[in-house]
Amino acid sequence: MQDRLIAPGHAMCAGCGQSIAARIVVDTAGPDTIVVNATGCLEVSTSLFPTSSWEVPWIHSLFENTAAVAAGIEAALKSQGKQEEVKVIAQAGDGGTADIGLQALSGMWERGHDVLYVCYDNAAYMNTGVQRSSLTPYGASTTTSPAGSHSMGNPFREKDMLKIAAAHHIPYAASASAGYPRDLRRKIKKALSIKGPKYLHVLVPCPLGWRHETRLSVKLGQLAVKTGLFPMVEYEYGELTSSHKLKEVLNVEEYLKPQGRFAHLFEDSAESRQHLKRIQDLSDYNVKYYGLLKG
Amino acid sequence: MKHFLEGSIAVAEAVKLCRPGVISAYPITPQTHIVEKLADFVANGELNTEFLNVESEHSAASVVLGSLAAGVRSYTASSSQGLLLMSEVLYNIAGLRLPLVITCANRAISAPLSIWNDQQDSEALRDAGLIQLYVESIQEAVDYHLYAFRLAEDPRVLLPVMVCMDGFVLTHAYEAVDIPQQENVDAFLPEFKLQEKLDTKEPISMGVVADARFYMETRYAIQETMREAQIIMKEMKHEFEKVFEREIYVFFEPYCLEDAEKVIISRGSVAGTVKDVVDEMRKEGKKVGALKLISYRPFPAEKLYEALKGVPEVAVLDRAISLGGFGPMYTEFKALFQGKEKSPKVSGFIGGLGQRDITKDNIREIYEKLEGNEVSCHFLNLNQEYLMQARRYT
Repeated sequence: MQDRLIAPGHAMCAGCGQSIAARIVVDTAGPDTIVVNATGCLEVSTSLFPTSSWEVPWIHSLFENTAAVAAGIEAALKSQGKQEEVKVIAQAGDGGTADIGLQALSGMWERGHDVLYVCYDNAAYMNTGVQRSSLTPYGASTTTSPAGSHSMGNPFREKDMLKIAAAHHIPYAASASAGYPRDLRRKIKKALSIKGPKYLHVLVPCPLGWRHETRLSVKLGQLAVKTGLFPMVEYEYGELTSSHKLKEVLNVEEYLKPQGRFAHLFEDSAESRQHLKRIQDLSDYNVKYYGLLKG
Repeated sequence: MKHFLEGSIAVAEAVKLCRPGVISAYPITPQTHIVEKLADFVANGELNTEFLNVESEHSAASVVLGSLAAGVRSYTASSSQGLLLMSEVLYNIAGLRLPLVITCANRAISAPLSIWNDQQDSEALRDAGLIQLYVESIQEAVDYHLYAFRLAEDPRVLLPVMVCMDGFVLTHAYEAVDIPQQENVDAFLPEFKLQEKLDTKEPISMGVVADARFYMETRYAIQETMREAQIIMKEMKHEFEKVFEREIYVFFEPYCLEDAEKVIISRGSVAGTVKDVVDEMRKEGKKVGALKLISYRPFPAEKLYEALKGVPEVAVLDRAISLGGFGPMYTEFKALFQGKEKSPKVSGFIGGLGQRDITKDNIREIYEKLEGNEVSCHFLNLNQEYLMQARRYT
């Protein structure tokens, strides 16, 4: 099965945005690729012994060391004189990237390894049961930042991983979404045509953690972009070089309402309205900062 | 040919002779001189290797995990806190059956901060699935590094090997050492070849999930390999001696054991002091002996029992402690004789933590103490005045 490098039969949930994105990433990269996977949903659901979904050489080591293991593989390929033939892709979730794996990732970028690092951002620790991460959006209810009589969900704004990547002056850093497969494929191809460290940040809706209907995964991947909450941008050598333009910017409520994790924001209270307003402000900021509106 | 070298430099020379394709490390005293010298070799074209300066010991171990998985001989070194930070990865490397060679420049563990020598750091990695070899001298450090690569990479073994050398006492001391010729090392150490590796021609999945149906057998397999490794270690000892024309011990070194009535068991550089005291006391007509443990994992239980069963009184000198328990080596030796027909009296001593001196007088004190009641955890050389002061404040 050379055309599909993640074989069917894996244990990912129905409607999993990560399964869509990961398949596009690996199939676009092709069979001459070594994949390093952090601990997480994608790892546990594709490698339960004695089965494996991976048709390419694949290794999982730990949660936080994915970028370092990938760096070691790249060094080995150099030592073997195979660096031109074989690509290295490291992949992790938002927790494995922005929290526990950030140090190793920063080191890998700084040392300039020829590795494409892909973060599948489903905005919480979904594998362990929807705990808050540093990429959980403001106001989202998770199992460790639950909404309640004294809480409006996650009180913090998520890290900007693209800017962190850009600050390392790496040749290419881009954000993409499972809602835009063609754009994702283009960015993977572009990334793999460049030598050196590349970072791809892919938003992957998670029906389990976001509490939306499984049929809405792709649509929510689009709505995050269309409401200005998740700008799709590209940085080259630290400079912003493109952003995905919108004909119109939709109200953030269109994205938030179908998701159970934001349900508390739609209660009839001053606090809810205030939090919704704050999320709308974040969108307005993005639209202005990245110039997202066409024309 | 003999060279007058610092311990760390001698180890770097030995590692260079083994031609690793990837080296990764992060600085920590007293390991630094080893990797500095290796970086120097690379910078001057004497060693063709990918040398990666990483941002933590965790990543240093992860880099060599990756490079080994991709099929390239790899090396790293650390000490103390660095080794503890690596520990998660070292367990992982052992579980993945990757043949890493790692040097532990033994150092105490914080707090309080101590850069000085003891063996608490490598002791903390005892259960990780690493083979652990402890060296007494700089020559042994050279020899066991050569030996370690071959042992780790043997297809019947495929486990990481940690060579433990006392920080400062060995890493920063000078000794005349024989550095073997490249052609001899090449004759001893076959080309690096892994059957199972990350290869696009034959894709495999490594580091998979094993549920309750499968996990336990992976642990049993390592345990079995540790047992079988003892046969391979013996075989490799003969190979080593043939190629390098000098004898080495691979499990332990017995010293004046034949008719000994009192024996001190120790590990690492302190064994030299113990042997000196044995020589002196033998001249005085006292029947004392010593045993230097080299291979801590695998623990060569049967061989040790055979060597020690006729000795009436044994002291185990630990340079580490399982706080709230006993000296870790003491526990192993106590267990070794449990329920056996012939069983020596076994006493436990703790010494040299944070590089507190262990003097010849201390060693004599141990031999003398063996005449009295068995002790399980006797600290040598404590400063009673400090302890009194501490008591006054509590």
